[in-house]
Amino acid sequence: MTAAVTSLKPLAPAESAAGGKPRRRRAAKPKPEWASPAVYLVAALVIAGLLAPVAYVILGGFRNNSQITADPAGLPDPWVVDNYRVVLTSSGFWQQVGNSTIAAACGTIGTVTFGLMVSFVIARYPFKGGSMLYMLFAAGLMFPMTVAITPLYILIKNLGLMNSLAGIIIPGIAFALPQTVIILVPFLRAIPKELEEAASLDGCGRMGFFWRVVVPLSVPGVVTTGILTFVGSWNSYMLPLFILTDHSKYTLPLGVQAFASEHSVNTAQVLAFTSLSMIPALVVFSLFERRIVGGLTGAVKG
Amino acid sequence: MTTAANSAPVSGAGTVARRARKTKSPSALSWRDRAEITALSAPAVILFITFVILPVIMAAYYGFFKWKGFGVPTNFVGFDNYRTILTDPEFHNVLRHNAVVVLGSLALQGPFALGLALLLNQKMRGQSLIRVLIFIPYVISEVIAGTAWGLILQTDGAVNGLLRKLGLGALANDWISNPKTALTILLFILTWKYAGFAVIIFLAGMQGIPEELTEAAKVDGASYWQIQRKITIPLLGPTMRMWGFLSVIGSLQLFDLVYIIWGQYISSTAGTSTMATYMVVNGRMSGNYGYGNAVAVVLFLISLVIALTYQRFVLRRDTEGALTGSSR
Repeated sequence: MTAAVTSLKPLAPAESAAGGKPRRRRAAKPKPEWASPAVYLVAALVIAGLLAPVAYVILGGFRNNSQITADPAGLPDPWVVDNYRVVLTSSGFWQQVGNSTIAAACGTIGTVTFGLMVSFVIARYPFKGGSMLYMLFAAGLMFPMTVAITPLYILIKNLGLMNSLAGIIIPGIAFALPQTVIILVPFLRAIPKELEEAASLDGCGRMGFFWRVVVPLSVPGVVTTGILTFVGSWNSYMLPLFILTDHSKYTLPLGVQAFASEHSVNTAQVLAFTSLSMIPALVVFSLFERRIVGGLTGAVKG
Repeated sequence: MTTAANSAPVSGAGTVARRARKTKSPSALSWRDRAEITALSAPAVILFITFVILPVIMAAYYGFFKWKGFGVPTNFVGFDNYRTILTDPEFHNVLRHNAVVVLGSLALQGPFALGLALLLNQKMRGQSLIRVLIFIPYVISEVIAGTAWGLILQTDGAVNGLLRKLGLGALANDWISNPKTALTILLFILTWKYAGFAVIIFLAGMQGIPEELTEAAKVDGASYWQIQRKITIPLLGPTMRMWGFLSVIGSLQLFDLVYIIWGQYISSTAGTSTMATYMVVNGRMSGNYGYGNAVAVVLFLISLVIALTYQRFVLRRDTEGALTGSSR
């Protein structure tokens, strides 16, 4: 997990998320206008620059090695689908997709569940330990996995979790908790006291309040942290590198690296493997991108 | 809860600590409250302490031993590892590389992202598609990005191929293994990968600036640039300073990309080694776990000092109500 992903959090509270201010005004708005062509031109140039390497990888997968050797910067001519077919029919690729999916899904569910629970305690229980808990997790931002990786490796070995997905899921949750807590606590604090009182007048205990009011109201924050955790976990490299040595347990990042070094002469197939392995994170992200910006907008507003 | 006191921007350990102490005094807790608190916080707290805090403490402990990673460390060497680190010329190189990455990332990504965010900060069709596309490099994993760039920049790769096609073959270079250009290449790749993140954060910050302000300025006859210079950019200050913080911390701990692209060359001669790759190469990969842990502690302390200094001098004004005061 990169430090940048892990440390997306300290942005700030989101009073609007749950504070009763209506956020969804989009329906009432007319469709936005087209901006001036110059804006689109500059945007197109920047995007072309940013995406050129990605395009090279995807298109390169449609070439064969002699095409790549003869003209490293050319277009496929003719288009070859063989590389993609070979990767898609290889069991190794699908096994790694499966491992990555299990690791990222379990990691995300665990992080969001535990993170929401502890954030609720920090935000809504008036006790001294709450601020200490918050400090504990906030300080966790300063504890990068890089520093902890060797002892972590020894710890996982002693727990008998080497070479198991649990060995990357559990520490992954622990390291994703700080950003989750720091994004979620402001969301939960912003839920008005009156709502809680009203709920209790209606005979709702604090746990009932948690399930019926808090969980639904914190959905925007949960979605933001969930996506960040999922993408971070999907892309995580250092932890799997240390913990997983058995090829059958490899996640996609390790798989890409292993494939690239095993087939280093077969550039075209490496490119095909690489482009296929970036699809899932891209799809998840594109589907939910609006939610991330939404969650952060709420946060940055302060 | 003390929402008013607590709704200032959250900005990390130190400031949180300061603010958190102001939270209201504890009222009496029933046994039921205690049970709920324990049950709800136990899983997160146990995981966090076991897998985050404990390993860092263990790193500090192992750093005092000459230890191969098997059994209980016995060969206590005191501060010997630290002496070796601080006098190793390679570590000095590594520090220099990290410093270049920290400053280079700020200097390249910041203005680029700010310009782009200003350009896109308007109600326009297609904005959401543009945002997704700009964010793609950030979403791609370091391994994929590194593998791709390695192939593109290798001697017979696409960049050199393109240069030859354009008749600029003389400019072709052995981009990755030439230590003279390696650090520049690394900065370039980092900008490509992480600028999108800055754009998204800046855009989110800009959308938090009340429209009334810019509307009023427009009514008063302010030009587009005046509005950007006098309103948008100053009000974006807290967001930019926060991004700077994240960028600095990330730069200090840079590992994945360097390790993947320069893995086979990583040494003092590669020109891109960082504190984290130095730690892995001279620690775990050389079987010298004690030494690696001492490096980890040095890396941690450097990050901590820089982070606290940054918070003290740069982020302080944000936490003193500047943001809450101005953007509400």
